[in-house]
Amino acid sequence: MADGTGVLILGDATDGELGSTTLELLAAGQKIASELGEQLSVALLGDTLDVPAQQAISHGAQKVYAVNHPLLAKFQIDFHLSALEALSKEVGPRIILVARTNEGRDLAPRLAFRLGVGLAQDCLEVSVDSGSKTLMANRPVYGGNAIAVVSCDQTPQIAAIRPKAYEPAEEDSSRTGEVVSFPVELNESLALTQVVDTVIEEAEGIKLEDARIVISGGRGLGGPEPFAHLEELAKVMGGTVGASRAAVDSGWVPSSYQVGLTGKTITPDLYIMVAISGASQHMAGCSGSKVIVAINKDAEANIFKEARYGVVGDWETVLPALTTALKELT
Amino acid sequence: MAIKIGVLAKQVIDPEMPMAAFRIDESSKKVVPPPNIPPVVNGFDENAVEAALLIKDAQEATVTVISTGTEFALDVMKKPLSMGADELVLLQDDIFENTIDSFLTAQLLVAAIRKLGGFDLIICGRQASDWDNAQVPLGVAELLGMASISLGKKVDVIDGKVRVERIIADGYEVVEASLPSLVTVSNELGQPRYPTLRGIMAATRKKPTIWSSGDLDLDSSQSSSRITLRDLFVPVSDQDCEIIEGEDPADSGRLLALKLREDKVI
Repeated sequence: MADGTGVLILGDATDGELGSTTLELLAAGQKIASELGEQLSVALLGDTLDVPAQQAISHGAQKVYAVNHPLLAKFQIDFHLSALEALSKEVGPRIILVARTNEGRDLAPRLAFRLGVGLAQDCLEVSVDSGSKTLMANRPVYGGNAIAVVSCDQTPQIAAIRPKAYEPAEEDSSRTGEVVSFPVELNESLALTQVVDTVIEEAEGIKLEDARIVISGGRGLGGPEPFAHLEELAKVMGGTVGASRAAVDSGWVPSSYQVGLTGKTITPDLYIMVAISGASQHMAGCSGSKVIVAINKDAEANIFKEARYGVVGDWETVLPALTTALKELT
Repeated sequence: MAIKIGVLAKQVIDPEMPMAAFRIDESSKKVVPPPNIPPVVNGFDENAVEAALLIKDAQEATVTVISTGTEFALDVMKKPLSMGADELVLLQDDIFENTIDSFLTAQLLVAAIRKLGGFDLIICGRQASDWDNAQVPLGVAELLGMASISLGKKVDVIDGKVRVERIIADGYEVVEASLPSLVTVSNELGQPRYPTLRGIMAATRKKPTIWSSGDLDLDSSQSSSRITLRDLFVPVSDQDCEIIEGEDPADSGRLLALKLREDKVI
């Protein structure tokens, strides 16, 4: 394979500062760049890049490619692809890391196909084989029932990393690095899709992804009404309510509640799962939780293999008792 | 003029099978198909068939389902036909043995799509429940140079444009693209329809078109592999669960609160 050199991270600078997933990529990137003994750089696309560029450097980037263009201010896949294709061809990295966010989920496969190379999708961990300098990526497959170790056959080797799979890189403001401007030519006609409306329908309160305590309900609740009990417990504990895909598919709660492989990835300090069996597809979105508590009437449910604490019993009895006791404790 | 819709659908091991039946042969790096549990059409791909049929309910359209694989359970793969799709094209070849390599799959699909004269709209499931790769649809769009809109929960065709309600973290966006375009859909699209008796009868009479890679015009310089599967294993959970047991379930709930406090979890 044609050789490239260095590790290039596709950073997120959309809100005028570096996104949290970019800090996670910097942690993953630092490790593999030092194993390779090669440079770690970050590509930033947008129209206000000075602040995020310095943040990238203080979090470990040795070089920042600032791709400034008004059309890159908001994520639009065709503009971003065109800019990244040009940058990648010019820079010639050995490895490209992308965050598998809503945007990265679309961007990474199209970029890989455009460059004619492979993509290791939705990885939990990446490392390099020091001899061959090959990127080895661990990724869950079959809904998390198995882990596949894959490598890419061409350069650049591209991996999309699952959000929250890595702790964010540490900041050290004494670090120095170089910011290089990379001009691109873009025009409106490149855009193949247009966003004509955005509808926000998330519940008020703490966002599911940011909550320290999450209480989720599943199929075993039997209907939408029991979610009121979960809301009450969440209120007592200062947490947020989530749900399994079964509860969302049944129409009991909106899809923004869904935790799991095809829903949100959460890493709370405490995750209470009520009447959820704990199939691997759900665990894929919550296995980073510090403590998992299971309440389920089926003692054989898989969740009792994953949880730290468990209560075998009907939620209708267990949950009110738990809520009352917690009220008394606080 | 009738809208020509192509749906990409995959046959997979039933993801709802009991976890105990999930087995891997580590030496060949393959998942062993569970005995006595028939394969299914990938769930998100059934959503894709439903999305196509909803368009066909509203306006003149034809729906062609295309699938790739090493071997097919015909009664399973005919389900989209019995739901109301018009045609089934099966790309059957040993080349699909290593389907973790999305590049190869996308290339063969593109060759088949071209041989079929192209489509106005291609609809796919967001990902397959086996490799969870979510790459083939976007790859097909990229190779065909068309727009892709992912994670749709509603798909309409209006005045030569596709209009998609696309799921985002805190709601949805309405996105439009000119035809031809590719859309991926998610479970939020809603339950796929059940085959009717008439549909099942019609499907039994329909013969799928079966092509191998030799029937397709492939650019051989492009068909080398892109991804290598190095290892495949079942992760082990080492979590010991402490079961909190009171005199009755209510007492267990109370003890759980005390335990969480005692262990400084809260």
